[in-house]
Amino acid sequence: MAIREDQNRFKSIIKGKVRDDFKRYVTNGEMIGKREDEFVKIPIPRIDIPTFRYGPKQNEQGVGQGDGDGEQGQGSGQQGSGKGEAGDQSGEHMIEVEISMEELAEILGEKLELPKIQPKGSKNILAEKNKYSGIAPVGPEGLRKFKQTYKKALTRYISSGTYNPNDPVIVPIRRDYQYRSVKKTQTPHTKAVVIYMMDVSGSMGDEQKEIVRLESFWINTWLKKHYKGLDTRFIIHDASAKEVDEDTFFKTSESGGTLISSAYKLCQQIIQEDYASSEWNIYPFHFSDGDNWSGEDTRLCLTLLKEFFLPNVNVFSYGQVESKYGSGQFLKDLQKEFTNDDRLTLSQIEGRDKILGSIKDFLGKGK
Amino acid sequence: MANLTLELEAERKRICQIAKDCGLDCFETVFELINYDQISQIASYGGFPVRYPHWKFGMEYEQLSKSYEYGLSKIYEMVINTDPCYAYLMEGNSMMDQKLVMAHVYGHCDFFKNNVWFSKTNRKMMDQMANHATRIKRYIDRYGYEEVERFIDTCLSLENLIDRHSILNGPQKMSEEPPAPPKDEFLFRVEKSYMRNYINPPDYVADQKQKQNEKNDQKTVFPSSPVRDVLSFLIHYAPLEDWQQDILTIIRDESYYFAPQGMTKTLNEGWASYWHSHMMTRHILNDSEIIDFADHHAGTMYMQMGGYNPYKVGIELFRDIEERWNKGRFGREWDECDDVRERKNWNKNTNLGREKIFEIRKIYNDVTFIDEFLTEDFCVRNKMFVYKMNKETGKFEVDTRDFKAIKAQLLFQMTNFGQPIIKIENANFENRGELLIQHVHEGLDLQPNYMDATMKNLFKVWKRPVNLVTIMDNEPQLFRFDGNDYTKHSLNDEKKSVEGEQQELPKA
Repeated sequence: MAIREDQNRFKSIIKGKVRDDFKRYVTNGEMIGKREDEFVKIPIPRIDIPTFRYGPKQNEQGVGQGDGDGEQGQGSGQQGSGKGEAGDQSGEHMIEVEISMEELAEILGEKLELPKIQPKGSKNILAEKNKYSGIAPVGPEGLRKFKQTYKKALTRYISSGTYNPNDPVIVPIRRDYQYRSVKKTQTPHTKAVVIYMMDVSGSMGDEQKEIVRLESFWINTWLKKHYKGLDTRFIIHDASAKEVDEDTFFKTSESGGTLISSAYKLCQQIIQEDYASSEWNIYPFHFSDGDNWSGEDTRLCLTLLKEFFLPNVNVFSYGQVESKYGSGQFLKDLQKEFTNDDRLTLSQIEGRDKILGSIKDFLGKGK
Repeated sequence: MANLTLELEAERKRICQIAKDCGLDCFETVFELINYDQISQIASYGGFPVRYPHWKFGMEYEQLSKSYEYGLSKIYEMVINTDPCYAYLMEGNSMMDQKLVMAHVYGHCDFFKNNVWFSKTNRKMMDQMANHATRIKRYIDRYGYEEVERFIDTCLSLENLIDRHSILNGPQKMSEEPPAPPKDEFLFRVEKSYMRNYINPPDYVADQKQKQNEKNDQKTVFPSSPVRDVLSFLIHYAPLEDWQQDILTIIRDESYYFAPQGMTKTLNEGWASYWHSHMMTRHILNDSEIIDFADHHAGTMYMQMGGYNPYKVGIELFRDIEERWNKGRFGREWDECDDVRERKNWNKNTNLGREKIFEIRKIYNDVTFIDEFLTEDFCVRNKMFVYKMNKETGKFEVDTRDFKAIKAQLLFQMTNFGQPIIKIENANFENRGELLIQHVHEGLDLQPNYMDATMKNLFKVWKRPVNLVTIMDNEPQLFRFDGNDYTKHSLNDEKKSVEGEQQELPKA
């Protein structure tokens, strides 16, 4: 089909393989799926062919309809055709379908052929819970279940042949009474925590951080699907490390040197204080451009990894983002030290389009 | 060609008959049942089965097929303006959806056939598009994929520079001769070089030169009146190779083909929605489908907070007009009546509503439609408002519910159908064969980075420096691209400096 050729051509242009004169116009056209209040962005790149057009001011006002105070809105006259091109898409209308995070994770999983994660310790650790989900013939009057009692009485009437459909009066007797009772359930107890660490030193640019943001969003989505009530912690570091909230994690721009060990030490402290490794599935992720201050510090990191992290966590993931300034040495050091250790996942992320591949590196083992 | 199932075919016949009985006058309409991948493909081609090879179609396809696969959106109907009219139904839609689509399509089809803005369109566009594809493929074979693709990109960057008002009157004639470069025609032939000063005396030469310069100065403006159809001008006068000229012609033809659809979006969608609603609820639906229909119809008509939905505005206006003309709520007497109660109960049983809306679908476009029939009553009843961005809160807020403001805003958005107005003022600017174009500023600036890139593309075609006059940041400015660099200077300063000199003169 001819469209496939056009599609392939488009893809190779996007990847910058054939032409570089379009780079300025590659926008991250986003498809937005929404579910309740969560908006999910699925980036689909587009190339805008430049034309004489109105600047963004056009979107600042327009005509709407309704009672409200018009909080969200888009430039009027943009909907409908939506392509800015006069009626190119005449007589065609689109309807939004909702998509849940769960489904989204499913799509991601299918796309990357990710295996389901095997939770650690699911057989060993069981939590007992008491629930009033059982039924007993005796109990306090306050817990009597009327529906069950009635059913029981009705059964008795019918089986004894005294039920009269024309006069359906049912009178329960003591034997029919049913009460709620406590039932003990044993549920497998899985808890998981993801600790994201990011290098925010001077060499990490906005593009690098954006890559980390996208990647950790998808990783989070996938892990959330497998662990209800997933804990997430965020650490940023340059020469010193501190714990921050999610918002800060993605926005901060620090500068300065890099001591990776500072983050690892803080991470170790968090794990020791809050997450016993016998109970928790622990997933530390570290993103950096691989530029560490000194060989001394790198050695310290390696020791920490070997002695503390690898024995205690499910898998330790290190993602190295390509950057103009970084030397990328850290990845090489790790590779040399831990060849064939499957508790450590390494991935190199050269650019935006490599994110999916890198996620597969991280989650592809199903641990 | 049509591959409808027996059941669908039976419904199609029935709906076609109902449409006829309602007074709709359609081309023969061919429905095809296709799957989602085919519909994505055809939609990316703008409704046509064959287009020239270009990545932009691949980009649309990528987006459409992905949004379908992820369940984000789904195309229900597509119809193209040709004779016979082709429309597509998607496999696996429910029977109710298919019927709705068919009813809607007959509405569009009637509109295409009868609205005056479509009277000049090529109804064999499907063949034409395929011809375009063949021609471009031939150029690709001869000149190479990348070369042709780059030129198409350049043309697409200029594709909105057409004159939408010439759709009815036919294109402006391009018969003017471009100014010839000055030739020294007045010199006599000199055979012996020592005779030169006797045959062509210096005085005489200087005199003739001055005369010619004066003549040239008078004729520096070319074309003699500004040209809105920039593409046509470039086709005629730009130094292009034959194949480039042909590709530019193709892009222009296609741009003109799609233009009327952009000019009648609200009217066309309103008309089709009016009729699908009318036919579905009165003649087509059975009891079990009514809820689904209501759900789907409401979804289509839903006007997002702060959004503009042409389906909704169009259908409401048509209904409003029908009611007004049925009850005689028009004309001088009605306009002059101030009594609210009287107006509310006004009914002269004129019953002209149906006739009126058929007249509207024939001779109006979106601008004239909104201009004439958007009334204050209508805006109040439909709770319309103008919203603005509040810079302090970063949110959109209701600015006003004033009728005049609403109308002005709507009309503004439709002026030149949402495109900036660009004209060629002079193709011999400064007597150097440079292009001078003007953006008729109507309150909105051009987007600067896109403007630069588009000027670059104009340069690629015109091959001489390109100058653009516009207002940017409240200041009239002249932008210039000479093939390597961009320069700009404020036209305010120029005036001031001229004035300044004049003031200094008396002192001297």
